[in-house]
Amino acid sequence: MLKKTMSAAAALAVGSLALTACGGTSSGSDDAAGGSGGGDDTITMGFAQVGAESGWRTANTQSVKDSAEEAGVELLFSDAQQKQENQIKAIRSYIQQDVDVIAFSPVVETGWDAVLLEAKRASIPVILTDRAVDSEDDSLYETFLGSDFVLEGERAGEWLVENAEDSDVNGDGSINVVQLEGTTGAAPAIDRAEGFADTIASDGSIEVVASQTGDFTRDGGKRVMESFLNSEDDIDVVYAHNDDMGLGAIEAIEAAGLTPGEDIKIITVDAVKDGMQALVDGKINYIVECNPLLGPQLMDLAEQVVAGEEVEPRVVTEETTFTQEEAAEVIDERQY
Amino acid sequence: MRDASRVFSSTLLWPLLVLLALLVVNVVANPGFLEVRVQDGRLFGSLVDIVRNGAPVLLIALGMTLVIATRGIDLSVGAVAAIGGAVACVYMVSSPDESGLGTALVACALALATCVALGLWNGFLVSVLGIQPIIATLVLLVAGRGLAMLVTDGQITTVNNDSFRTIGVGFVLGLPVAALVAWAVFGLTALLVRRTALGMLVEAVGINPEASRLAGVRAVTIRWTVYVFSGLCAGLAGLMIAANTSAADANNAGLWIELDAILAVVIGGTSLAGGRFSLAGTFVGALLITTLAATIPNIGIPSETNYLFKAVVVIVVCLLQSPKARAVLRRRRTTPAPPAPPAPPESPTPTLAKAGTR
Repeated sequence: MLKKTMSAAAALAVGSLALTACGGTSSGSDDAAGGSGGGDDTITMGFAQVGAESGWRTANTQSVKDSAEEAGVELLFSDAQQKQENQIKAIRSYIQQDVDVIAFSPVVETGWDAVLLEAKRASIPVILTDRAVDSEDDSLYETFLGSDFVLEGERAGEWLVENAEDSDVNGDGSINVVQLEGTTGAAPAIDRAEGFADTIASDGSIEVVASQTGDFTRDGGKRVMESFLNSEDDIDVVYAHNDDMGLGAIEAIEAAGLTPGEDIKIITVDAVKDGMQALVDGKINYIVECNPLLGPQLMDLAEQVVAGEEVEPRVVTEETTFTQEEAAEVIDERQY
Repeated sequence: MRDASRVFSSTLLWPLLVLLALLVVNVVANPGFLEVRVQDGRLFGSLVDIVRNGAPVLLIALGMTLVIATRGIDLSVGAVAAIGGAVACVYMVSSPDESGLGTALVACALALATCVALGLWNGFLVSVLGIQPIIATLVLLVAGRGLAMLVTDGQITTVNNDSFRTIGVGFVLGLPVAALVAWAVFGLTALLVRRTALGMLVEAVGINPEASRLAGVRAVTIRWTVYVFSGLCAGLAGLMIAANTSAADANNAGLWIELDAILAVVIGGTSLAGGRFSLAGTFVGALLITTLAATIPNIGIPSETNYLFKAVVVIVVCLLQSPKARAVLRRRRTTPAPPAPPAPPESPTPTLAKAGTR
């Protein structure tokens, strides 16, 4: 009973931290929270990153570090090397150091309730970035900042619907799309397929004639595309759930003696540097961005949360799309 | 002659029949499957893709066959392949002449040397320190990708070198270079182990290391050597995988290829308990695995069920190869089947004298 009252008081304190920081409504740890950053104005943030498994992730890390410096946020950073236990340890240590706000990209979806409850009891707000957690208690975190994969799929579909005439490469009136899916069961693979399918349903001439997983890898994309080139007739468009599979498909298409981007149109998602280069070179036709540079948005959210302002429980990363011309303009500035 | 037919009925016949059945299924689903046409002066078609994409698995399965014959196993090959690809690509990218032939050659040599060193490490743990092979090679299976990530700095390293690409996607006389290289290594190894006493010695070590040592076989050296050879094969495969997409992907290059290779070896009739081995069986096994992988997109199996399809085919092959399961099937037939030759025991008790005839 006492515990419940305590955590309720702690939860209350989260919402009004700025006002009650010195009021001593809970255990008194709030006093330290304000001071740990070396002054009441400085926010201390603990950030527990997944790891460094891809160029996308490295860019994500860099963005968080850079924007923390820019916003004057003191950043405590840890790399979990893809292990949940490391991430939980990191979060516990942030709780002990009494930071102002904790942000992390969960390695897996489940198993976070215990450690998030500890953070809640210590009155430290939590922001999820990039990946969601699967918990029934959504009071355990303040907000989730990340991409909307369904929207990404929809954007890819919209471009195809708008450019339907050009995309009908062989001029037979029907647009045959082959889809290179991400890892089976992964949220981006499911959502990007769903958003795309919903959008192209508005145009009867567009049809996904074959779809197979390429596991988000270049090699996988290449193999599946090789097979599609042999088994499917009149492929007009390739829709790949990430740039890497699209790059693999380009190799397969070139090996088949066709010109990627002309004989077969290619749409991908991500906008990593190699993908953007292929877009500039005319081998890819359209890329929907999946933005890893969510640092600035994260810092804004952190400031709002620490100031006790209400934030949306779901914040979508600012993302754009690139045509070949647009890519040529920004390619030199791409950081990843 | 009778000897030959017996070997065929026990180990090679069933995988070959399943391979044939897979090809038939593919042709039914897509009549153009077997079509091979000449394009830009080289062969092009699904079959060409199968032999080209199958080259890394074939090479790794070759090394794995010898390791398994010594009653060992090498789980690290996928990670070693990833390291090999990473070393080669990172060297080329950081060298002043990224697209030169010389750079590519040095990069490949460097990568292969690294992989041989990793093979030496595995072999040292197994043969000298006497650590169980599954544990000894698990070290690199787990840690190897970390090493590869360290080399590539966690990025997918893309290279721009046409000479290097040749190993993965090049063609000589219309035939894919990757397959030619794999076949050449395979042929040379077969010659070496079957035309000399080496194969027999490997089997002797696999059947009873202690007895073979007492008989004067240098068991430690032989066990060590097969792991080094496995590392070399993995390195070569890693170069092919990297060259296929002109990129080193530390996370995904050669992922789970060790399992495909072990499966190819076992389907080919080599017992995991060591001893006798069949290189021809491994060849068919590797071909079967690659054809299976190509079948899935060709006949349009949905992504959600493609592992199930793979599992069913593999289970069928294994059942067909099991003497007990075959006996049960025979008894169940209503019409009396022609008296089949008795299946040889699967247990690792071949005689040394027969080793050379296979």
